[in-house]
Amino acid sequence: MTFRLTVNGRPRDVEGAWLGESLLYVLRERLGLPGSKNACEQGECGSCSVRLDDRLVCACLVLAAEAQGRSVATVEGLSAGDRTLTDVQQAFLDQGAVQCGFCTPGLVMSVHDLLDRNPAPDELELREAISGNLCRCTGYGRILAAARTVVERRAAATPERELP
Amino acid sequence: MPAAAAPVALPESVDEVLQALADEPEAMILAGGTDLMVEVNAGRRRPVSVVSLTRVRELAGWSRDGDEVVLGACLTYADMERGPLAALVPALGQAARTIGSPQIRAAATIGGNLGTASPAGDTLPVLAALDAVVETAGPQGSRRLLVGDFVTGVKQTALLPGEIVTAVRVPLRRGRQEFLKVGTRNAMVISVVMVAVVVDLDGRTVRAGLGSVAPRPVRARSAEAFAAEHADWRRGAVASPDVVARFGQLCAEATSPIDDHRSTADYRRRAVAVCASRALARVLPPEGVHGDGGPSDE
Amino acid sequence: MTVTGERLRTGRGLGTSAARPDGVPKVSGTFGFSSDLHADGMVWGHVLRSPHPSARILGVDIGPALAMAGVHAVLTADDVPGTNGFGLEHADQPVFARDVVRFTGEAVAAVAADHPDTARRAAQAIVVHYEPVEPVVDPEAAIVAAPIHPDGNVFRHLVIRHGDIAAEGDVVVEGTYEVGMQDQAFMGPESGLAVPDDVGGVDLYMSTQWLHVDRDQVADCLGLAPEQVRLTLAGVGGAFGAREDVSMQVHICLLALHTGRPVKMVFSREESFLGHVHRHPARMHYRHHATRDGRLVKVEARMLLDGGAYASTSGPVLVNACCFAAGPYHVPNALIEGWAVRTNNPPCGAMRGFGAVQACFGHESQMDRLAAELGLDPVELRLRNAMRTGDCIPTGQVVSGAAPVAELIRTCAAAPLPALDPAPSPMSMPGGSGRAADAGRVRRGVGFAVGFKNLMYSAGFDDFSTARVRLDEGVATVTCAAAEVGQGFVTLAQQIVRDVLGVDEVVVAPAETMTIGSAGSTSASRQTWMSGGAVQGAALAVRARLEAGQTGPIEETYEHHHPPTFPLDDNGQGNAHVSYVFAAHRAVVDVDLDLGLVRVVEIATSQDVGRVLNPVQVVGQIEGGIAQGVGLAVMEEIVLDRGLVRNASFTDYLIPTALDMPTVTVAALIEEPEPGAPFGAKGVGEPPTISSSAAVAAAIRAATGLALPRIPVRPQDIALA
Repeated sequence: MTFRLTVNGRPRDVEGAWLGESLLYVLRERLGLPGSKNACEQGECGSCSVRLDDRLVCACLVLAAEAQGRSVATVEGLSAGDRTLTDVQQAFLDQGAVQCGFCTPGLVMSVHDLLDRNPAPDELELREAISGNLCRCTGYGRILAAARTVVERRAAATPERELP
Repeated sequence: MPAAAAPVALPESVDEVLQALADEPEAMILAGGTDLMVEVNAGRRRPVSVVSLTRVRELAGWSRDGDEVVLGACLTYADMERGPLAALVPALGQAARTIGSPQIRAAATIGGNLGTASPAGDTLPVLAALDAVVETAGPQGSRRLLVGDFVTGVKQTALLPGEIVTAVRVPLRRGRQEFLKVGTRNAMVISVVMVAVVVDLDGRTVRAGLGSVAPRPVRARSAEAFAAEHADWRRGAVASPDVVARFGQLCAEATSPIDDHRSTADYRRRAVAVCASRALARVLPPEGVHGDGGPSDE
Repeated sequence: MTVTGERLRTGRGLGTSAARPDGVPKVSGTFGFSSDLHADGMVWGHVLRSPHPSARILGVDIGPALAMAGVHAVLTADDVPGTNGFGLEHADQPVFARDVVRFTGEAVAAVAADHPDTARRAAQAIVVHYEPVEPVVDPEAAIVAAPIHPDGNVFRHLVIRHGDIAAEGDVVVEGTYEVGMQDQAFMGPESGLAVPDDVGGVDLYMSTQWLHVDRDQVADCLGLAPEQVRLTLAGVGGAFGAREDVSMQVHICLLALHTGRPVKMVFSREESFLGHVHRHPARMHYRHHATRDGRLVKVEARMLLDGGAYASTSGPVLVNACCFAAGPYHVPNALIEGWAVRTNNPPCGAMRGFGAVQACFGHESQMDRLAAELGLDPVELRLRNAMRTGDCIPTGQVVSGAAPVAELIRTCAAAPLPALDPAPSPMSMPGGSGRAADAGRVRRGVGFAVGFKNLMYSAGFDDFSTARVRLDEGVATVTCAAAEVGQGFVTLAQQIVRDVLGVDEVVVAPAETMTIGSAGSTSASRQTWMSGGAVQGAALAVRARLEAGQTGPIEETYEHHHPPTFPLDDNGQGNAHVSYVFAAHRAVVDVDLDLGLVRVVEIATSQDVGRVLNPVQVVGQIEGGIAQGVGLAVMEEIVLDRGLVRNASFTDYLIPTALDMPTVTVAALIEEPEPGAPFGAKGVGEPPTISSSAAVAAAIRAATGLALPRIPVRPQDIALA
């Protein structure tokens, strides 16, 4: 079948797909966007986390053809247009949050999603927000440190809000 | 667009959904996709056509209707776990927050939980305890069924061919509510047992829904009657420790659990007794105790 | 912990937290993992696996699969041109089963098709006539059962007799312990791409731990010369031992040669659980003898490991389990017997800790039991018996290198205990989001454990690594086939060369079999020592030529061997190991006494590291290794039912989430340089996993007062005790 997706702000035509293909498969195998990872394909690891119309979801559990007309944002789109990293990506590097790296794109997406909604999460909120992203290498310690680093850096960069 | 030719129908109203299902009786009905796509990815289901519910505005969101809230079939767990709905039906919010991962909760719907009708479906004990009513629409018109009648067995429902769940009507009840779930991980875990206990101060009843301990969600009727009878309704709705303990035992007796790879029948019975007692102690705290001994809502 | 101060400062050489060269692509999603590979014209492979743990194959009909549109090849045992067998130690596992299947998940046939769904459906369309046979699933029974394989049911039987085996202590404690089957559960599923050349050979891009040994096994099965199989490491999504054995390598190469097309295969998570080896389940019986004042007199142990259907590394795992069965203590006398046996359960092999994890649970459980019997503090008992340099292990081998066991115990035990939260949130109590805990029924417990194991390969194995360093116009290039699996060898290689040659730009070339000799396996905590040593050796040789005045490009290749080791003799005596590494763990847990749910609150640890070469990477290994130890203690187990795997998914094989992982406090990294080790550094990857499980189990015992002789500790083990 043939349909059109909007991925990272660009229309992308998908041709010759089988109906049962997940958004993850289409991104990875048809659109040349393998940044979203295929670790379980049952929604239990978060490695394929993408934003679908501003909600963070597992791309493996989205029927690709059903996502036509929706906006899909993947890890590849985070620093689209230039080669600079986002603050979350940079903090992952600074804090040693990357080992094998397979969970990393999904976790980068999750941390962005959390901090967009909640700029100052406490420790449990932070852990809960990434509890759907399994990592087998790090034990999460450096990942949590990276997220805390972003919170601190953003807070430091934001001038005190003026009261009306 | 010639709807019949499209393998994925994206109807925008319930009527269009029903028409699409009439055109494609074998179509897979898709909402959040979090159950169905697991089956498709594993090759256990192979869709030939799909009818998506996600564009149907009347299935989304929730509203208050007198002493009920009406939950659209496509309401997500993310919408239930926090905010005003969680304040109105706390047990539902608590149950929603235990389900899967944040990513799952952003997509998965209450209609899907009902449609899948897994014994481990997390909202089902709450809906059963509240005597929630499932609204369906189909070729024969719409129907209303109690959740207990809607779920007919392990992954079996009363849905007829061509029918869909459109909404769930949840009665609002004045009184505390608690949902407890046991799993061997602190998040993202299939339940080993679930207990939902709801107090109705106006009706002076206690309602208990149990999950993962029988093919269908269980109402522990004798435990409910015992609690209602032995609670002290005049002094701020309290239950003595003896009542709390007995309530747990009666709840356990209402179950018919099995041994499986997640746990054992014996443990499930024990866990139901423990969780039911704790739940009752939270909703009918013994005198002089203000809901301590257990988590408060954050 | 927080990594602060000097070392976090941007640095580039050894001792700094130098940045990973693969970091930017990994956070950007552009790093090429093996499952991301693509080649024009490629088709997809899929393997048909046995649904039975034991069955005779009466017939295989591939006709229905071949008839399907889009199917390019269907292969069975008849299509294996070389040896129909592979294996790290013994080639006892068929590429495709021919007459019998011996475990659930054994490969029977493989398909190539133009779409992964077509390949899967074609595999399902193959008709296999099985005659199920009663499986042998009890390892004790397997010892005497009729052989289920021509090579017999005993992979290895070993007896270690050390000192006076008739010695008796004033006090004797005895116990039987069990460890369940753990899975490595790396995130990146097995995947690879095989591309045929036009002269009968094949290029294989694969996530693996040991390129050259994969190559040799594949070539043997294909009937090709090793040079005709060219292996390039593709991005590896974690390994932890599970990628040491061949999984799909032979299958995709066969499919590629048959179809003449590139063939890609990616395991589903279920296939991954069925398609790689696991940590050996163990049954251990111990008897410890000690004096009244708490000095160990003798350790008796019987270790029984279930190796599953094929040999893999069962032999060496058993050697480790037995060598380290008494723990890092001064033990004058020992009698240790070990069995590693074949059953119809899933094959077991390497996993982080490699036999030492199981043994540690046994000896540390016994040390706690002994402390209770003697009325001694468990930490004090350990201190009284702590191994020191110059002591020997039960094989009679003297520990000549650093053995700072007492210091590890003291520093770890001295870490401040975490405060009790007076008003815990449900999310921070046992059961987390389920809100089931009742603060009044939650008890805190503290447990302690110490463990050790060998570094590198042992018992006479010719263990070496090869590296090449080329210096050209101020840019150094390192070529080494050491598999980067996430641990950070690529970072270390750069750090070493920067230090030795004083250059800033160091390129790490792809790991492949065509350009360089073997680096050995990324396992046994060996790459820092072995391949780090090889890189250092090559860089030093380049430097020597520079210092001699040579100009222009300089290239040197260096093969680094560790000192020779020797097999154990008939009494289990001998200098089988090169070096040892130690760690101590203190676990703090909260246990819901009624529901049996456990929350691990904190793990404090001290580790013997020799020298810290990259602080952030050391901490990453410690935290990650502890996560796997915590998982084994409280949730991770492959559940078997008469040889059938009941939980081959991430839905039901649970690994810790961020809400399960405790705070990790690194109390001390003991930097006592190891003689003979490049830079004095020891490998750091395995110790965090070895004693953390035992510490958590001890903490749960302390909270509950229960014996809990088995890990993982399941809720029912507590609630129904």
